[in-house]
Order: sequence, then structure tokens, then C-alpha cells
Amino acid sequence: MTTKPAQQSVEMILVRQLASYLFVPVLVFDTTETVIFYNEPAERILGVRFEETGRIDREEVDRLAELSVDPSAGPDDLERPLETALRQRRPAHARRWLLRRADRVRLQVELTTFPIIDHEERLLGAMAMFWEHHEP
Amino acid sequence: MKVTPYGVRGSLAAPGSATARYGGNTSCVRVTGPDGTVIVLDAGTGIRALALELPTTLSRVDVLLTHLHMDHIIGLGFFGPLYNSAMEVHIWGPASATLSLEARLRRYLAPPLFPVLLRDLPCRLELHHTGRSRFSIGPFQIRAARICHPGPTVGYRIETETSSLAYLPDHEPALGTRRFPVDPEWTSGFELAHDVDLLLHDAQYTREEYPGHAGWGHSTMHDALAFGQLAGVKHLAPFHHDPGRDDAALDKALDAAVAEVKPDFPVTPAAEGRSFDLGSA
Repeated sequence: MTTKPAQQSVEMILVRQLASYLFVPVLVFDTTETVIFYNEPAERILGVRFEETGRIDREEVDRLAELSVDPSAGPDDLERPLETALRQRRPAHARRWLLRRADRVRLQVELTTFPIIDHEERLLGAMAMFWEHHEP
Repeated sequence: MKVTPYGVRGSLAAPGSATARYGGNTSCVRVTGPDGTVIVLDAGTGIRALALELPTTLSRVDVLLTHLHMDHIIGLGFFGPLYNSAMEVHIWGPASATLSLEARLRRYLAPPLFPVLLRDLPCRLELHHTGRSRFSIGPFQIRAARICHPGPTVGYRIETETSSLAYLPDHEPALGTRRFPVDPEWTSGFELAHDVDLLLHDAQYTREEYPGHAGWGHSTMHDALAFGQLAGVKHLAPFHHDPGRDDAALDKALDAAVAEVKPDFPVTPAAEGRSFDLGSA
């Protein structure tokens, strides 16, 4: 039996509302690395709709869309951006990652993550944004 | 508990014969416990009259501020107990990310905005930060949580053994939503209001007025009713009436919203002096 999640903090509610208006794919994680929201552009990556799935755990995300380091990535891109945001409370940006979407399309992407921290310095979760990579 | 509004108007005081029935004072509500404990919710212009009616035997009063917008603190400097050295006054409210509650209040209670300094008030004054917290005052169990409104803002849930009240006078839970409400998990203020006996909730705008005021931190009457439905409240008192709406216009707008939404609970627009007796206390 699953229990109904408690109400999210207003900070996370506002993060979700912001994400729902953005063009870039956004995943919103809680502190356990569970995806508690993803926006419509991210639905294209995962191949499922948030209204159908609700929150999804990290293993399921990894099954739906595979993210791996581009072989041409430099040493700065080898850190795990989500772990950096949630465990070190630091923003991270990785320039060369390969994303395999649920529809098997492969893309080179940049990934930005940052922690969500409230006024009382409580870590609430993290936001991850995907940017399709374009060579300058 | 007994809940008595002394100010129900939003944004700006609106005195005059056209608003006399609901009242023109800004947000202020007295909550009285079964043992006589008094809590004051917000310090709008209504707090002056509230202070005049406090029992002379009272030695402690607690003022719970939801946020520090002017209409919610402008009466603070005119709150009689602050000038009584025999009184113990506790002010509860949200700090910001960089300033304590005291530092934030000093911006108002200091020249050039006010002649008396916070530190010079003769009462025994204690300030308490309420960002996201639970605390007790006499018979009241109180929960504070941040809610959707510009700047640090909390709502309060106040409970005794027999009754419950939620006070969310400035609240825009529908901000940014395409449909409202959808899911309790993603609705600001839900846990504060869930199943309460009485909800005092922002209902400043009509649906037609809202698009020009989205993001200002206030709700439509329809959204207040829908929020009450989602939270399963037993009674809703629309609050924070628009200063530009006279009594007749307020009746008309609220009647129309209620007729359309058809809530399954009574709706009584908050009015100065019209008390709600909750529970057996």
C-alpha cells in the first residue's frame, strides 16, 4: 500500500510551476533522488506523461532514459551533476553528456543542476535542466 | 475558541458608509481560548480597536504576523499593550533570508516612518521567528508554514482540543496553475487548512479582475471556494476584501461565485465584529 505524499513545501510548488512554463526539459528531484515532477519537454525524453505516472524513482528514470558521459568529454564533465547538487549543495554543469531518450533517439546534451535550498538553509531537492548541445 | 475579526479589508483601509457592514479596517483577528488566552492574528488597522476591548486582567498577548506587508503591520505601533510595562507581548512572524524578524520590524517601527523605536517600547517584548514551525500558546497548538505570496509569508493553523482554525489571509495558491486545484500534494496551504472547522482565506478578486493582478499574491473568490473544497473545510470565511469593493458589490460578487461553485460548506464573508464560535469552547 502506498501512502499519499505530504504536501510539498511552497518553494517546491513554485519550482514546479516555474518548470511547467519552461521550454527546456526539467526534472525536479526531492532529496532522495526521486523525480517528483517533470515538465512537458521532459516528457519527450522519458516517453511518459507526468499526469499518468506521478513521481518516479531514480531507477525508473534511468530505465526510461539513459544518460552517459560522452567519450569526448573532458575531466570537468565527469562529475555527476545531480549528486553534486544534492550531496554537496552546489550547482553543476556538464557540457558533454549523451542522452538516449525513451524513443531511442540519441542526443548530445548539456546538463545543469542546482540545489533548491529554502530560507532556513534546508535542502528541499534539486532541479535538473537539459540543453541540447550545439557546437559553437 | 472564539474568532472575532477586527479588520477584514485587504491592501488598504477603506472606511466609510459604503463599507460599514463588513468594515474598512485591514487584517486583524482576535482568537480567544477557553481559558481566556488571546491571540491576535496580524496587526492591521483593526488592532487599535481590538486592544481597547482586551480584558484589563490580561497580562500576556501574542501577535501572530503572517507577513510584513504594510496592511498587516500598520496598526502595530498603535497596539496599546506595547505601551504597558505590565504586559508581556510576544510577536511571531517570518524572518527573511537575510534579516531577523526584529530587523525587519525595525524598518517600520523607527523614524522616519514611526516616532517610537521598537527597543523603546515599555512592554516586555519577545520576538519569535515562525518560518515553518509548531508551537503552543496556552491551550492553542499552532502550526506555521510558508504559503504562496510575495515575500516571506506564512499561514497559521490553530487548534484546541475541540476546534481548529486556519488563517491564510494573503494567499495565491492558484498562481501559475493551468487548472486549480488539482492535487493536495501540490497545493500551497493545503495541510494548514485540511479539515479545519473554519478557514479565513483571501478572496480579494473576482475572476474577471484576477488576470490583471496575477502574481500579486491574492486569490479569486472562486479559487478560495475551490481551495476550501479541496481542503475539506467545514466553514469558509472569505477575507481580505478588496478596498475598492463596497458592501453591496461584495455581496453580489460572492453570491455569484458561491452560486457557481456550489460549495458543500457554509460561506460567511468575514466582517468586523461578527464572531465565530468553534467547538465547545
